[in-house]
Amino acid sequence: MFLINCPYCGERDQQEFKAGGEAHIERPKEPTELSDDEWAEYLFMRKNIKGVQFERWNHTHGCRKWFNMIRDTSNDEIKAIYKMGEKPPSQ
Amino acid sequence: MTKNLRVKSSEYIDETNRISFKFNGKTYHGFKGDTLASALLANNVHLVGRSFKYHRPRGIMTSGSEEPNAIVQINPGSNRTEPNVRATEVEIYEGLEASSQNCWPNVEFDIGGINNILSPFLPAGFYYKTFMWPASFWEKYEFFIRHSAGLGKSPTSSDPDIYDHRNIHCDVLVVGAGISGILAAKNAAKNNFKTLLVDEKNELGGSTIYENNEFNKIDKNAPSEWLKKEIEELKNIKNLEIKTRTSVAAYHQYNYLLARENLTDHLEIKDKTNKIRQRLLKIRARKVILATGSLERPLIFDNNDRPGIMLSSAVKKYSEFYGVACGSKNVFFTNNDSAYESALSLHNKGINVEAIIDIRNQSESKIVKKVIESGIKIYWSHSIVDTDGYKRLNSVSVMKLSNDGTSVTGNKISISCNCLGVAGGWTPAVHLYTQSGSKLKFDEEKQIFLPNQNTSEQISVGSCDGDFKIDEIITNLNKKLKDYLNINETDLDNTKVEIDQENSKRNIWLLPSDKPLGKTKPFVDYQNDATAKDIKLALREGFRSIEHVKRYTTTGMGTDQGKLGNMHALGIIADTAGVKMGELGTTTFRPPYTPLTFGTIVGRNVGKFFDIFRRTPMNDWHVENKAEFENVGQWKRAWYYPINGETMHQAVQRESKAARESAGILDASTLGKIDIQGSDASEFLNRVYTNAWSKLAIGKCRYGLMLNEDGMVYDDGVTTRLGENHYIMSTTTGGAANVLGKLEDYLQTEWPELDVYLTSVTDHYATVSLCGPNSKKILKKITPDLDLSDENFPHMSFKETNIGNIQCRIMRISFTGELSFEINVQASYGKDLWEKCMEAGKEFNITPYGTETMHLLRAEKGFIIVGQDTDGTMTPIDLQMDWIVSKKKYDFIGKRSLYRSDTMREDRKQLVGLLTDDPNVVLEEGAQIVSELNKSPVEMLGHVTSSYFSPNLNKSIALAVVRGGKDMMGKKLFVPMENKNINVTVANPVFYDAKNERLNA
Ligand SMILES: [Zn+2]
Repeated sequence: MFLINCPYCGERDQQEFKAGGEAHIERPKEPTELSDDEWAEYLFMRKNIKGVQFERWNHTHGCRKWFNMIRDTSNDEIKAIYKMGEKPPSQ
Repeated sequence: MTKNLRVKSSEYIDETNRISFKFNGKTYHGFKGDTLASALLANNVHLVGRSFKYHRPRGIMTSGSEEPNAIVQINPGSNRTEPNVRATEVEIYEGLEASSQNCWPNVEFDIGGINNILSPFLPAGFYYKTFMWPASFWEKYEFFIRHSAGLGKSPTSSDPDIYDHRNIHCDVLVVGAGISGILAAKNAAKNNFKTLLVDEKNELGGSTIYENNEFNKIDKNAPSEWLKKEIEELKNIKNLEIKTRTSVAAYHQYNYLLARENLTDHLEIKDKTNKIRQRLLKIRARKVILATGSLERPLIFDNNDRPGIMLSSAVKKYSEFYGVACGSKNVFFTNNDSAYESALSLHNKGINVEAIIDIRNQSESKIVKKVIESGIKIYWSHSIVDTDGYKRLNSVSVMKLSNDGTSVTGNKISISCNCLGVAGGWTPAVHLYTQSGSKLKFDEEKQIFLPNQNTSEQISVGSCDGDFKIDEIITNLNKKLKDYLNINETDLDNTKVEIDQENSKRNIWLLPSDKPLGKTKPFVDYQNDATAKDIKLALREGFRSIEHVKRYTTTGMGTDQGKLGNMHALGIIADTAGVKMGELGTTTFRPPYTPLTFGTIVGRNVGKFFDIFRRTPMNDWHVENKAEFENVGQWKRAWYYPINGETMHQAVQRESKAARESAGILDASTLGKIDIQGSDASEFLNRVYTNAWSKLAIGKCRYGLMLNEDGMVYDDGVTTRLGENHYIMSTTTGGAANVLGKLEDYLQTEWPELDVYLTSVTDHYATVSLCGPNSKKILKKITPDLDLSDENFPHMSFKETNIGNIQCRIMRISFTGELSFEINVQASYGKDLWEKCMEAGKEFNITPYGTETMHLLRAEKGFIIVGQDTDGTMTPIDLQMDWIVSKKKYDFIGKRSLYRSDTMREDRKQLVGLLTDDPNVVLEEGAQIVSELNKSPVEMLGHVTSSYFSPNLNKSIALAVVRGGKDMMGKKLFVPMENKNINVTVANPVFYDAKNERLNA
C-alpha cells in the first residue's frame, strides 16, 4: 500500500487514489488526419514497462486532481511526483 | 488415568486458578496461564490430531505460532467456533472446548488412517495426476478425496462477535518483544520517537525470559532476571505503546503493516460478549525495527512425526515457562548445542533424560561438559534412523553416522523413550522482512538466509538478523540503533555480557537411514504430509524451480506455510540437484504470517454496513407503500409496487398501462446530475457528446450520447442549458461517478485551456417524473401560475418555477414516449413534492411505477439503456443511432474511432427489434440467436438484450443485438432454448408510436 505525496494535499494512503495508466500520451490534435494505424497507436498501445514508468494518478477520494508519477514497477519505488503539464524532473 | 506432569511452579502459571476445559469431549484441568497445548501436555495428552493426507497420528510439536500439527477446532458446534487454530496459541479459559480436526470418527480411531497404508499410491503430485486422469476416474476418487480433505469446519451461524479496525501512525514500529525488540523499543521511545511495540504472545520477553543457561550473564545477572528488570522499566517510558497478543500478519510497501490484536480470545465466554474480539491495526510507520526472532528447525529422519516428537526448544519452554514435563523418559536429537540447554532444564528438575544423540563429533562448550558431568549419555556422531510407537513415541533406533554423513553403519541401538526433543538449528524468521519486498542472501557459513537488501525504511535486529548469541545481539543491536535512529548513546553502552555458546553445528538436511529412501517416511512438511521422498520424486520428474517443487509436493502450502520445514526442502533440493542453496533462492512468504479470521478482515463492514446503500429522499414513501426494491449501483431503487398480492408481472403490466392511459409517477432522483459552468461550457459539451451543442438555446434540453475514445457508447442522458454559460447534465444512474471522472480527466489533462467547472449535484436534487396523457393536468394543479401550453413549454424545454415556496426546475422530457415532465427540487423537499403530486393526481388514478415499468415503457419505444442494450462494444452506428452523430463537428471523443476499418464493418452486431411468432412467448434476456437449426456447431448471431410482454401492444417485444441485423428486417431467426426453439422475426426496434405523437398528446 503506497504512501502517495499528492502535490495538492500531501501524503495520503494509496486507497484514496486511482491509477490512470501511462503518462505523457497526448490526445492527437487532429485525429482525422491520422491513419488507422496511427490512431490505434494512440488508442491502444501502452508500454507497460518493468522498471521506471511514467504514470498518471488521480486523487479520487481527495482533491480529485490528476498528477504524474514516476514509479519503478519492479519494486514500486515512487521516484517523483509532479503536476499535470509540468516536465518530468530529471532523475 | 491421566497423570499431572507439572514439575515446578512457574511464575507464569497461576496454580491457584484452576481451569477446566474439554478436549474431544473429555474434561481436563489446567491453570491460568496455560495454553491449550501446555495444559494437554500436563495431562499427558500428546495425540491431538491427524495429518492431512495420510491421517497419521500427530502430536504437539512446538510452543508457538509455527505449530504444524496441533491444529484444533475451537468451541465446535457453537456460533463462535473457529477451525484451524494452533493449540499452542490458545490461552485456556473456564469452559473452553476444543476438538481434533481431520479425523473421523475420532482421533484415536481414524478411518482415514488407511491412507497411511495406501501411501505408496499417494505420491507427490497425486492430486495433479488424478485430475489428469479421465473424468470417469475422477468421479470414483471424488468421494474419497472430498471426505479426507479439508481442515476443520466453518461456523454455520453468524458470528456474534464485534471486530474493529484502527489506523495507527508511529515513528518507530518494533515487531517482536524478545530481548532485541524490548531494548530497541526502549531506546527508540527514550529518544523521543513515538514507538509501538507489538508481540504475538501474551507475555513480553520472548525466549530470553525463561533462559536458563547458567553460563550466560548480563551485568552479572541471569539474562532472564536482567530482562525482567528492563521490562519493568518500560512501564515508565512515555511515547511507548505496547500491544501484546498482537500478531503482525502482513508487511506491505511503504511501511504499511497489518496486525491482528486479540482482545477477548483468552476470556471466558460470558466475558466475551459485547466486546471487540479482534482488531485489525493498520499501521503506517516511519521506521520499522524487525525483531521477529528465529524458529528452531526439526531434523529430517524416518518416522520423525510421531506424537511425542517435539522441537527441543519447545520441550524447554514447556518445562521452564509452563512447568510441564513433556515426557517421563526423554531423548534429545541434535546438531548443535541448544538441545543441551533443554536436557539440563529437565535434568535439573529431576526428569529423566535417557540420552542425547548428536550428529556432531564433539562440542567444547561448558554446557556440554556440564551435561556430560551430570551423567547423561551422549551418542556423538550418531543419528536416529527410525522411531516406533503409533499413537505415542515409545522408542528410537540409533546408528553410527559415517564420516561424510551420507550413511549409517554398525549396530542399531534401540532407546526407549516417550518424548524426543529435536534440535536442527535456528532459522531467522524473515517472513515479514521478505513480505516488505526486501531481499535475502544465503550465509554459507551459518547455512541460513539473512536480510541483505532493505527496500523499506527498516532494520532487522537480533536473531532474525542472524545474531544468536546474547553478546552478539547486544553489541550489534547497540550499533544498529545508534545508526538507524541517529542517536549518540544508549542504555546498552555499558552493558557487560558473559557467554558460553558455541555455534558449532553440523547441517545434514536429510539424515541417512539403513533403509532405502523409498521405504522411509522422513517428513519435511508435517501439515501437508510432504516427505523428502516426495521432493526427490518431483526433482526426478523434472521440476527444478523451487516454486514448482513447492506446488507439486504441496511443501509449505499448509496453514503454517511450512515454517518448520522450508529450509530442509531447499536443502534437499540443493543437495539432490547439486546446486548451492544461495542460488536456489527461497519460496515467497505471503501474508498473512498466521491466519486471520474473516471477522478481522472485514471489521465493522458487516450486515448493513457491508456496502453503502444510497436512498432517495422519497425512499420512506416507497417503503410505506410496499415497493419492492432493486439495487442499481449503490442505489436502492423502487422496482415495482405490488398491490393486493400481485406478482411482479401483474404489477408491471398494471403500472405500464396506467402510465400510458392516464398518469404514472417515477422517482428519478438517482439519475446522475452534473452542474457544468464556465465560458467554454458549450465548447466542452461539443467535445464530449457526439452531437452539436453550440446552438442549443437557453431553456432548451437535448439528448446526448457520450462515447469512449474507442468509439463505443459510454453514457447517455439529457442536458439542459440553464444559462449562457451554465448547463445541467444528466447521466445514467450507474454511470454518474465514472462520467464525472472521465470529464474531469479530459478537462485537467487534455483541455486545461477550457474554462469549465464540473460539480456533482446528484444528491442535491430529488427528481419526480410525471408521465402520461394526464401529466400536464396534474402539473397544472401544483403550478397553477405556469403556462404549460405547447407554445410556451414545448417538448425538450425547461422552466424554473415555484411550487408553493419551493423553487423547482421542470424539464419537459420523456423516456417513455409519453407526455412527461421531470420536476427537480432541492433534495430535502423531494418527499413533499412526491406527496403533492400523488395528491393532485388522485383524480387521474396516478400510479407510481418503478424501474421495471420504466424499462418496459422505454423498450416499447426502442430507447436503449446503456449497459443493458450496450456492453462497451456498441457504436452509435451499431445502435442505429446515426442521427445523433454530427457529421459537421471536426472532433469529439470517439469520433476518429467510428472510421476505423473495424468499427465500419457491415457485419458488426447491430441493435434490432425482435418479435416472437407466438405473441405470448417472452424471450429470455441473454438468449442466443441463430439463423438455422439442425446444424452443429451453429453460428451465434447475437443475443437478446431486453425483453418484455407489452401490455400496451398486447404482445411480446424484445431488443437484441444481431450480427448484420440492420439488413435483416423481416428475416426469420430462431432462439434455441433448452426445451424448445422459439421462432422470431427481426423488426424495427421502435414498437410503439413510431411517429412520436404521444409526446404532445
Ligand atoms: Zn490531493
